[in-house]
Amino acid sequence: MQARIRSARRTDEVMTVVFYAVGGFFLVLILILAGYIIINGLRSYYPGIFGTTSSGIGNQLFNTVYLVFWSLLISVPIGVLAGIYMAEYAKPNKLTKFLRISIESLSSLPSIVVGLFGYLVFILMTGAKWNLMAGALAVSILSLPSITTTTEDAMKSLPKSYKAGSMALGATHWTTIIKVLLPACFPRIITGVILAAGRGFGEAAALLYTAGQSTVINWNNWNLTSKTCPLNPFRPGETLALHIWVMRTEGSLNPNSEKIANFSAAVLVIIVLLFSLAARMITKHIGRKAVGEKA
Amino acid sequence: MSEQAKTKISVQDLHLYYGQFHALKGITMEIPEHEITALIGPSGCGKSTFLKTLNRMNDLEPNVRIEGSVRLDGADIYQDMDAIELRKRVGMVFQQPNPFPKSIFENVVYGPRINGIRNKAELEEICERSLRQAAIWDELKDRLGKSALGLSGGQQQRLCIARTLAVEPDVILMDEPTSALDPISTGKIEELAMQLKKDYTIVIVTHNMQQATRVSDRTAFFLLGDLVEYGDTQELFSNPKDERTERYITGRFG
Repeated sequence: MQARIRSARRTDEVMTVVFYAVGGFFLVLILILAGYIIINGLRSYYPGIFGTTSSGIGNQLFNTVYLVFWSLLISVPIGVLAGIYMAEYAKPNKLTKFLRISIESLSSLPSIVVGLFGYLVFILMTGAKWNLMAGALAVSILSLPSITTTTEDAMKSLPKSYKAGSMALGATHWTTIIKVLLPACFPRIITGVILAAGRGFGEAAALLYTAGQSTVINWNNWNLTSKTCPLNPFRPGETLALHIWVMRTEGSLNPNSEKIANFSAAVLVIIVLLFSLAARMITKHIGRKAVGEKA
Repeated sequence: MSEQAKTKISVQDLHLYYGQFHALKGITMEIPEHEITALIGPSGCGKSTFLKTLNRMNDLEPNVRIEGSVRLDGADIYQDMDAIELRKRVGMVFQQPNPFPKSIFENVVYGPRINGIRNKAELEEICERSLRQAAIWDELKDRLGKSALGLSGGQQQRLCIARTLAVEPDVILMDEPTSALDPISTGKIEELAMQLKKDYTIVIVTHNMQQATRVSDRTAFFLLGDLVEYGDTQELFSNPKDERTERYITGRFG
């Protein structure tokens, strides 16, 4: 008996060390990776690198943020509604099963395939030139499954008593979803959105033949219908991630190409980090307002 | 006294099936206004199922079929009434306290809000009135903005009662409302129920026979989907007419 307890204790201690080691491994891995990219990137800084000329990344930075904005505008409403459907309305039958398999398959689609599909549908079939909106749509296809799945899982993990409580007060199903269930899983949905946005920030392959590899904009032109207006989403818009790739291949004609690629990588990492932090802070703030301060 | 009470809910030959399972086998009973009616019986006897037919919460579950009629003030709740309208008139308190993950204030005014009341002053008034009725205003008045999830189980349950009262129902259904609570909280809920019967009709499901004798005017004993005996609580416990009732209340089975 004593021996068994002693052995169980020893296993417990060993496993505790193992778990700490695994956690530590990932922490070190991410620190080395992010540290290398950021330090290397910042050392490549030179005056004018944020500019909008060919030696600056100003336009690409703007395009990245603008493209993510559009892709979230498209994918978040559709994804959240789809998630609500899957969690609250879909009956457990063959169609639902098929739908779920479709969503799972969509999430593991290679992004180059989505990129070429986007090229076919959004560029060739519409007869348009490369444009930012086509890129945003392609990225939306990639991020839709994760937003849908996160929303569905979040809704399903809520206690059944929330729904019962709301319905018993004379609420309709839809009111219950909007006023009780959705607010209750808001933080988890935001996590899904952060992941989706991260996908948008970092995507390159899906954008090659959709958003395009060039940017010609005039920062004094605010006529939305003009091809050179920065806010016109139907203009070519190369993003940072793609720019890194271009700089390391065709862009090597540019004398600063290596520095630009390094610096872009660092900026990209920092943007994603800032975006996650901001999103989490907003969630916390809204959560406090909605849930009420902790007693 | 209770013989002259006006009937609030009249149930006629009510059958309920879960798929093939015959869960309620022809229940007929009259529930009088401004009284507390207790439903007792062993687990799985159909008392909770019966309770849920009174505000059509069974509608939410698949494969439920109902026959017979339930009338509230004479109107058939399955034929002549919309489930949403019905649930505003017949509120429900659940076995596990189930406040929403919102502030105490937002919990109480949830019902009025979804019924279209937007005026802040009016909502505050409803909140205070409901919490006072649920005898919990003094405990909560300084922390209305705090999360309802931070309250104790007993406080949460009284908050849920306040939340139900805020909709101004006629009838309150309570599904074993104290089974998750400690004795002191249980005492408070029972006391509250007895105060509330002045203005509301209360139907309470309970596992606890002492509770039935303490709070209820009438008691209905369910067994295997049948209503075995229904009558004055004092009478039913001191002088049961059916042998099965006697065996149950004396603890010889169930």
